Parts: sequence; C-alpha cells; structure tokens
Amino acid sequence: MAQVGVWPYLTRWYLVNRGGLRAVLIGAISLVLFLLAWHLLTIYRVVFFVRFTNVPSPAAVYESLTRAMHDTKFFMHVMLSCRRILFGFALAAIIAVPLGLVMGRFKLVHEILFPVTEILRPIPAIAWVPIAIMLWPTNEQSIVFITFLGAFFPVLVNTLHGMSLVDPVLVRASQCLGAREVSIFREVYFPASLPHIFTGLTVGMGVAWVSLIAAEMISGQFGIGYFTWEAYSLVQYADIALGMICIGILGLGSSALIRGLGRLVMPWNRT
Amino acid sequence: MSETIASQPTKGFVDVRNFGLSYPTLEGPVEAVCNASIHVNPGEFVSIVGPSGCGKSTLLNAVAGFLKPSEGDVTLDGEAIDGPSADRGIVFQQYSLFPWKTVKGNVEFGLKMKHLDKSSRDRAARTLLGLAGLTAFENKYPDSLSGGMKQRVGIVRALATGPKVLLLDEPFGALDAQTRVIMQQILTNMWQRLKISVLFVTHDIDEAIFLSDRVYCMTARPGTIKAEIKIPLERPRQQSMMMSSEFLGLRRGLMSLIREESIKAMGGELNDLALDGLSIDLNGQSLADVV
Ligand SMILES: Nc1ncnc2c1ncn2[C@@H]1O[C@H](COP(=O)(O)OP(=O)(O)OP(=O)(O)O)[C@@H](O)[C@H]1O
Ligand SMILES: [Mg+2]
Repeated sequence: MAQVGVWPYLTRWYLVNRGGLRAVLIGAISLVLFLLAWHLLTIYRVVFFVRFTNVPSPAAVYESLTRAMHDTKFFMHVMLSCRRILFGFALAAIIAVPLGLVMGRFKLVHEILFPVTEILRPIPAIAWVPIAIMLWPTNEQSIVFITFLGAFFPVLVNTLHGMSLVDPVLVRASQCLGAREVSIFREVYFPASLPHIFTGLTVGMGVAWVSLIAAEMISGQFGIGYFTWEAYSLVQYADIALGMICIGILGLGSSALIRGLGRLVMPWNRT
Repeated sequence: MSETIASQPTKGFVDVRNFGLSYPTLEGPVEAVCNASIHVNPGEFVSIVGPSGCGKSTLLNAVAGFLKPSEGDVTLDGEAIDGPSADRGIVFQQYSLFPWKTVKGNVEFGLKMKHLDKSSRDRAARTLLGLAGLTAFENKYPDSLSGGMKQRVGIVRALATGPKVLLLDEPFGALDAQTRVIMQQILTNMWQRLKISVLFVTHDIDEAIFLSDRVYCMTARPGTIKAEIKIPLERPRQQSMMMSSEFLGLRRGLMSLIREESIKAMGGELNDLALDGLSIDLNGQSLADVV
C-alpha cells in the first residue's frame, strides 16, 4: 500500500506537515521584518512621539553579544537566574499542586484555606520584596521566595479549577470498579486535573520570570535582571537589549520545556 | 483461561423490596420512586422500561449503591447494599471511560484495584477484548474511538472484575440505530458466555423485548412497578424475530402500557376543551375535528 523509498516518504511528510512548514516560514519572515524595522528605526534615530536616539541598534547588540560570549560573568548572571527559577518554581509546583488537589478534594480544607489564598493572590510577588527581605536571612533566599510566590498562585488556582471540573461519572465508574479513596485520588482526580495543572505550570513559569527579573532589579546583586539594570546605570545601552532578549529566550525556553513535559506526561491529551 | 472469567457468577440475586426514594429539594421532598419491588434471578436478563423521569435511573443507582433507599430494602444475594463496589458492574449512558488510559488500561482498571499482578491483568484484559472484538484497538485512547466502540469498552471494563450483576442505564441511548443493533447482539453474546445477572434500563421497548427474559414496566412519577412481563422468545435471539407475531404481540402490549404512563407523565391527554380555543382552518375542518 504505502510506497517505500525516500522520495515518496518525503512527499508524504510534506503533505502532512504543510501547515507547520507554512507557519515556520511566515514566522521567520515576520522575525526578519521586525529586525529590519528595529534596524532602520535605530540607524536613522527616528523621533516620532517616542525617541529612538539612544536605543541600541541590532548590530550593536550583536557586537555586545559576541563580547558577552567570551565573558564568564555574563554566563554567571544567566546561570544564577536559571537556578533561582529552578528552585522557586520547583518549590511552588511541589507545594501548590498537592495543596490544590487536597483543597479540591476535601471541602473543609478548602473552606479553611481558600479565604487566605484569595486575599494573598492579588498581591503581586514584587510587593513582597520588603517582607521577603525581613523574612529571609540572605538576599538569595528572598529572591527565590519572590520567584516562588510568582509561580505559586497560578499553579494553585489552576489545580483547583481542574479539580472542580473532574467528571463525577468517572469517579462513580471507578468506585464501581472497586476503587477506594486513595486509588480514586491517584487514578481519577489526579490524571483528570493534569491538563489544568500543566496550564497552571505554564502560566506560573511566566509569572515566575516576571517576578524574578523585578526582584533582581530591585534587590539583586547578580542575575540577568540585575545585568540589564546595571547596563542602564553604566550607560551600556547595547547590554540592556542583550539582557532583555536573553530574558525573552529563557522565558520561551522554559515554557517550551513545560509544554514538552506535559506532552510526555499526558500522551492522551493531543492539544 | 476464559474459565476464570466465565465460571464465576453462580450467584447474583438482586432483590429490591418496597423500595422508595425521595430527593430533597427546596419545594420539599420529591418522591421519585415509591413502593417498587423487583428482582433479578442469578443469570437472568431483566429490563426496566418506563416514561422519561419515572425513576428508572434512581432505581438502578440504588442497586449500584450510589443512593440510599428512603424506604425498603435493596439486597444482593441476601446482603444489604452499602455503597458502590466491584461486585456490581455499571455502564452509564454517558461515555465514562478514563481518557488518560488506553482501551486496555481501562479494562484492566478494576483488576488493578483488585491488586492482580500485571501479567494476569494483561491476559484477562486481552481475553475479554478479544471476546468483544476490540483487540485491534487495545492501545488506542478513548478519544479516538467511535461512540459504539466506547460503550463496548465500557461493557468489557465493567465485566472484567467478574461482577455478580451488570447494571446498564440506557447504554445505547446515544448510538445510531444500526450501531445499537450490533451492540445489543454483542451484549447478548457476552451475557450468554459469562452467565451473569443483568439489570438493563431503557426507554426503547424493542430493545427491552429483544434482550430480556423479563421486563418491568414502571408508572409515571412517583415510579412504581406497573407490570411485569415475561418474554418467552427462545434463545439465541435473531434479528428476524423482531418481525414475528409473538414479538409484535409483546410489543403492542408493552407499548400501550407505556403510552398511558407517558401521557400521564406529560400532564394528561390532549383534551378537546383546550383545542376548542383554537380555530385553525384545515381544509374547512377545525384542528379539533382532525385530532
Ligand atoms: N437530584 C435530584 N433532585 C431532585 N429531583 C431529582 C433528582 N434526580 C432525579 N430527580 C427527579 O426524580 C425523578 C426520577 O429521576 P430519574 O433520573 O430516576 O428518572 P429516569 O426514569 O431515569 O428518567 P430518564 O428516562 O429521563 O433518564 C425525575 O422526575 C427527576 O426530576
Ligand atoms: Mg435515567
């Protein structure tokens, strides 16, 4: 039936992936156009409501990048930010997911904890900086704490939401197949909530980066956020853009990582 | 191998005595079922038919253990039913497969809850899937199956734990007519092989007659048992029997029983008084004349 050989395979591959190829192509064109616009705006130092006079050009940022590539200090900033994200985010996931599951399952726990989380939730993580500095002995710990707070609430809220949407018919079906409380929790509530948990993790990762960068700019000594702010203080404008782009790529990469993990953990969920 | 599944249910006597159940609502308790008595003998196929909202699901859910009777007793082999358990398998009208498990994973679920080891789980699941003609789909996720296929897996999953009774609540209600006929055949086949008691809820009279040894007909709410009809059609049953005079006679009888109740359930007969107010001209006749 299906022909073998390289050429027919490539043809079929093209037919199946046509949509994806198109998206990649258009995406690439759009990126090039963005770079071009940036280049022109900065080369001609356009002033039209906003002033591009001091904004670094792509070429300047590229130069800055090659310099940074030979600079261990830059890497140290990046690695430090990644470590803070890793600790803060992992802590948030490890605490918020089980907490959400338990709150979703046991009404009393929900009734006790929900009011508190609802009051704390709207407070931006960055507003915690003064308290964090008081709470934690080292600067490093308070920054991780801020990152943790940023990720915590999106994960908790989405886990709760997932728990509230678990189809009661599935719970009944499992009971009729002999499942008891622990098994129902493990085999029904948890997998049923997983898609929402992963939504929460993706959103949480985004907010974690936002909080981390802000915390680093305010109280940090190291990290990519600090690097960006320092570049401004030292009038190294090209480094500002380099820091920003670096933050963008790190954020993108970590979200992609979570999405990939989600696909790995939920092979049934093809969205 | 297949004996381990097939030889189990020598038991499976469901007895519902003077069962009554009311749902609490803001307007006071709503009596869904009142003074209903039914039984299912071991290995028997029994259906419940009745108009919409007469309490068929309520009755079935009480046998499943999801609802506690307000009055009367519900027992299985002489023991009062106390909550859901694996000795009563259930198939719902809504598809209720676990989307995160493959077809085989779904079928193995009950065995996993019984702490069977992996290899015997695997063997039992494969045997049953083979019996239902689902072997080719064992590694598929439910989302990629058709409705009929999902219900077939649902039935196999419910049977896998070797329950004493299989409870089905309008399992084929959402399927098209052709698929439904095939599903009925598959269900009959599996029932005959496994010799299990079945309690089947439906509003499809043909389905009830075609499948059952006995049919209970319920009244409109509050539901009680209006009639109990034996179906003396011989087994195995063929599709062609649905045209036999015997079948049609049973059908006519049940039909008129249900019709009366359905009219009651809908709030009474269309009466002429109500129609008198209408004056729609139909070729010179009034609508009331036509009716
Ligand atoms: N949780 C509930 N609270 C209040 N009333 C209910 C509740 N569940 C069911 N009822 C009422 O009890 C009656 C019987 O319901 P049940 O679902 O058992 O009927 P049914 O025969 O299965 O109907 P259908 O053919 O539509 O499935 C219905 O009139 C319904 O309105
Ligand atoms: Mg019902």
